[in-house]
Formats: sequence, structure tokens, C-alpha cells
Amino acid sequence: MTSISNNEFIKEDSLISTRPAVQIHRLSHSFGRGATRRKVLQSISMKINPGEVVILTGPSGCGKTTLLTLIGALRSVEEGDLFVFGNQLRGARRRLKQLIRMHIGMIFQGHNLLRCLTAEQNVQMGADLIDGSSYRVRRDQAREWLRAVGLDDQMSKFPHDLSGGQKQRVAIARALAARPQLLLADEPTAALDSVTGREVVSLLKRLAKEQACAVLMVTHDPRILDVGDRLMQMEDGRLVPSF
Amino acid sequence: MPSFWNNRRIPLAWLLLTRQPLRLLVALAGICFAGILMFMQLGFRDGLFDASVTVHKLFDADLVLISPRSMSSISMSGFPRRRLIQAMAHQDVVGITPVNWNFLLWRNPQTLTTRSILVLGFEPNDPLLVDSKFSSKAKVLTSRGRVLFDELSREEFGPIPKMFREGLTIETEVAGKRVRVEGLVSLGPSFGADGNLITSRETFLELLPSNPPGSIEIGLIRLRSGSDSKSVANVLRKNLPLDVRVLTQEEFVEFEKNYWRSSTSIGFIFTLGAAMGFVVGCVIVYQILYSDVSDHLPEYATLMAMGYRMKTLLGVVAREGILLAVMGYIPAYAAGQCLYALVRSSTKLPVAMDPQRALIVFTLILFMCMSSACVAMRRLVDADPAEIF
Repeated sequence: MTSISNNEFIKEDSLISTRPAVQIHRLSHSFGRGATRRKVLQSISMKINPGEVVILTGPSGCGKTTLLTLIGALRSVEEGDLFVFGNQLRGARRRLKQLIRMHIGMIFQGHNLLRCLTAEQNVQMGADLIDGSSYRVRRDQAREWLRAVGLDDQMSKFPHDLSGGQKQRVAIARALAARPQLLLADEPTAALDSVTGREVVSLLKRLAKEQACAVLMVTHDPRILDVGDRLMQMEDGRLVPSF
Repeated sequence: MPSFWNNRRIPLAWLLLTRQPLRLLVALAGICFAGILMFMQLGFRDGLFDASVTVHKLFDADLVLISPRSMSSISMSGFPRRRLIQAMAHQDVVGITPVNWNFLLWRNPQTLTTRSILVLGFEPNDPLLVDSKFSSKAKVLTSRGRVLFDELSREEFGPIPKMFREGLTIETEVAGKRVRVEGLVSLGPSFGADGNLITSRETFLELLPSNPPGSIEIGLIRLRSGSDSKSVANVLRKNLPLDVRVLTQEEFVEFEKNYWRSSTSIGFIFTLGAAMGFVVGCVIVYQILYSDVSDHLPEYATLMAMGYRMKTLLGVVAREGILLAVMGYIPAYAAGQCLYALVRSSTKLPVAMDPQRALIVFTLILFMCMSSACVAMRRLVDADPAEIF
């Protein structure tokens, strides 16, 4: 395994918190090979500042999720520049990507909680990523986060005993428990009804603001578009100027 | 508070296993079965080697003379008794016992069926066994046609110990000639002999008239205490003709064990049986761990997306392997103890849990679980965090 010391990864500290959380310059990405090769992202350029809540919307298949997985260091960058917390992701080694991922919280469409863990343990899986604190401290942090998302009384329940909205709240608590500087959310309201969806997103925004955590939320739920500080629209792999 | 306790994480491996109790139970049953199979096969193998020398170990001797043509206890050849008397010439030799050794047909006094039994013939005034009470029992053998019956012999020879204790006169036939059981001894059956009978050389020669009177199968030699049996054996080897083989007591035991180990397929068969248990266990553990990893692939991918290292996730699978090994071994060990007791009581073979075998089986089970875990880990590489969005 390639070993990269922690200091090769540029940490966002208070002094340089003005550095953009994400900076993208002419990023392109394609799927497939040869004749079936299809460009899903075409020369995207954008920037997300710390603490900013950006909503990315557009029809399905326009490349939103691909962009999200690229920013999340889950895919290799092919063309263009992609900086997360000032780290170039094009050609980044596995260890660097993993270090970056540790500082990114992810919230998925299908919550993706660990079935064999209770709500509290799921959240603690996020808190466990932070080194240097004792088990008890991390457990208390997990409880704190569950309380923050309003699930004080559901801590020892397993995911299949929770409602969709509750599961998504646990997922938010888990993502925030790792103290991320960037939160990536992919259709967080897809499985929720309108009232719950709005509640969950507002909660997400409030907690992210408290942590000065940037948020990039992909959605095509028109009811929550107003939650963001900034709205971006994508079509056919390009960002269209929003109005 | 120790730091490892403070730094501990959610015990993911344990929770992954225990939150699916049915699958865990199947896995443990499989590992346990493999463990029991290995315990039994290795136990039988070692028990066989030990059982083949039950009588050998009881002889009161420092050196043993046998014929070079003797292959094992079930095919002993005779050699001239003179060689044993010649051995007396060595200053360290204090006593000798010529022993005849052969298998003869014993008639069960109740069912009247016959069965081969090991008959030992010796001079009743000579020491034969280490057991100090034996010499007083042996006095009855001075009368003709009297035998001592091994009370640990298999039941097929008839309920002799019970009848004897009830005070009945037990007369039956050995090799077609009438004998009377005049006492009981405690020797134990072996793989070669299902039962044992001790009698005088005189009676022995009467039962087996074809045996030349000057020929014996075993010559026991006792040395002055403090003398080195190995060096005396070397001197005797040099001085005695080549028609006799000189062994120390340990070599005599080893000679018999070695026959069963190398000249028969028995050792191989039981080792193969244990190997099959190992392979079956490997397949079961691999199946369980592989499907466990496959089922949780999205969850492993989620953990990778959260920033957990591949190393950490591989560690989870490895820990599952270790947990399975330990949890499967404990019931296998307990069941092994019970089955050994059952085998002991029903076959009277000296099969017991010895710490070395317990360790070997544990090592095999651990190896089985860890190698299966290693193969199952390859599935983990398929966990693509980009796919879960």
C-alpha cells in the first residue's frame, strides 16, 4: 500500500478557510469505450466556498451524480482539474483519495445505513473516523448528533425499525459525526414525502451552517430548491447559467 | 483505562456475525463438524498407535530381545531361547524372562464361538509385568491348563470377568484344548489383539505343540538399576549372533508403533480422514464468509465512501474469520471430549484429548478460517463506492 503522510493532504484550518472547498476547472468525463463512448460531463467549471449550500439540479441522466462521485473522490478524474480542499484529484493516489473522503460527508438516496448496527452505532461509525478521542467520547458524540437530528428516543433501534425520514436523519447524523468540511447529498429527499423531505433538508442545512460545512446537494425535487444559497442547473453534461 | 480499550471502535465483525444468528449457527455447526472430524480421526490415529503398545508398555523389562523376522505384535517369529541366556553373561543383566507370544483361538464359554486371542506364556516364577500384584496372581499358573484372563478384553470373548467374580468355574477351550480361568489381570486390548490371556510356558506349549520348546518370541532383560540400557544394548548387539534383535524398552514400543504407522495404511487413512474434515471445513467457512461479504457489499462500499481504509475493511473480514474459528473450536473441543469418552468406553481404546492434538486442531481450524477469509476478501475488492450513488 502506498503510504502518504498526513501532511501531504492539505488540511483546511482556520487560516486558510477562505480556500474554496471545491474548485473545478474544465472537468470532463466519459463512460464507455470506442463507438459507445459517451461524454457525460463537458468542461465543467465551478466553485463551492466553505459554508456555502449549493443545490445542483437538472433532468436525470445529465451527469449530476457523476459529478458528485468525482468530487467525492470515488471516481478517477480523466480530464480537467478538480481540487477538493486544495488537493488536486486528477492522478491522486488511493491514500490521498481516502484521506479526502474522510473529510467529506456523504448522504445517499437510499440512506445506506449498516443493517447490523443500531442507529447509535451507525452514527458512531462516522465518529469513529476521527482519531484521538476515547470510545466513550465518540459514543457521546454519536448520541449528541442523534439528539440534534431529533432522534433521542430511537437510538437503539435498527434501521429496519425506523421510518424513511428517520433513516435519512440517522444518515445525516452519521455524515456530520465525522466532522466533514464538505457534505455531498444525492437526492436526499427521494424516498421521503414532501413534508418530511423539507424538514430533513432544512435540518441538514441548519446543521451544516453550524459546522461551517459546505454542502453540495443534487436533487430534482422542486420543493426544496429554495433551501440552497445558490442554485446550479445542469443539462447534457454542461452547467447552464442559472437565473 | 488501557489505551486499546479507549481507542476501540464499534466491534463490526462481531455485530456482522451475530446479527444473523441463523447463518452464524450454520457456520459454527460446519466448523464444529470439521473440528470433531479432525479430533476423531487424529484421536483414532494416535489412539491406534498407543493401543498397539498397551501390553508392550506393561512388561517389566529394560531390554527386549526379538527375532529379526518379527514385524509386529501380530506376526511375531521365534528365536532360540539360548540367546536370552547368553545375554546373562553381561555383568549389568540381573534377570531374564523368556516369553512365548502367539494368537490362539479362544472359545466363548457361553456362545461357543471362537475368536483369536493373544496368549502370553512365561515361567510363572519369573517377573513379567511391572504391576507388583501380578507375581502373586501368577502363582496359580504353576498348575497345568490354568490361565489368567484380561478383564479389559472385548466382550466377544464372553462375560468372563463377571462369571469369575460370581465364583463360577470357567472352563473353556483354547486352540481346541481345555483350560481353566484361574484369575483376572488388567492389560487392555490393542488394535492387534482384542483380548489377552496369560499362562505358563508349559501350558502354552501344550496348547501349541508345534512350537519348538527352545524357541521364544520375546526375551525380557532386566538390568542393574543405574546402568545405561542403551550402552548395554550396544554391547549385546555386538556379542550376540544376528538371529536376534536387541531393543531397549522404548525401542520396543517404537518398533510396534512404527509398524502401524508405516507398514499399514491405517495411519494414512486416518490422516486422510482428518484432511477431509479440514477441506470440508474450508469449504463451509469460505461459503459463509463469501456470502457474508457479498450480502454486505453495499455496506462495505458505504464505509469506503465514508473514508474507511481498505485495510480496515479487510481487518473486519479477518476478525470474522478469527471469531468463527474460536467460536467453532470450543464446541468441537467439548464434543471431542465426549466422543473420546464414548470411544473409550465402547472400544476400550486409549483415546484421550492430549494438549498437543487440541493445539493442532485449533491451529488447523484457525488456518481454515483465515485462509477462507483471505479468499473472501477478494470479493471485497469488488466493492465500488461509486456504484452506491
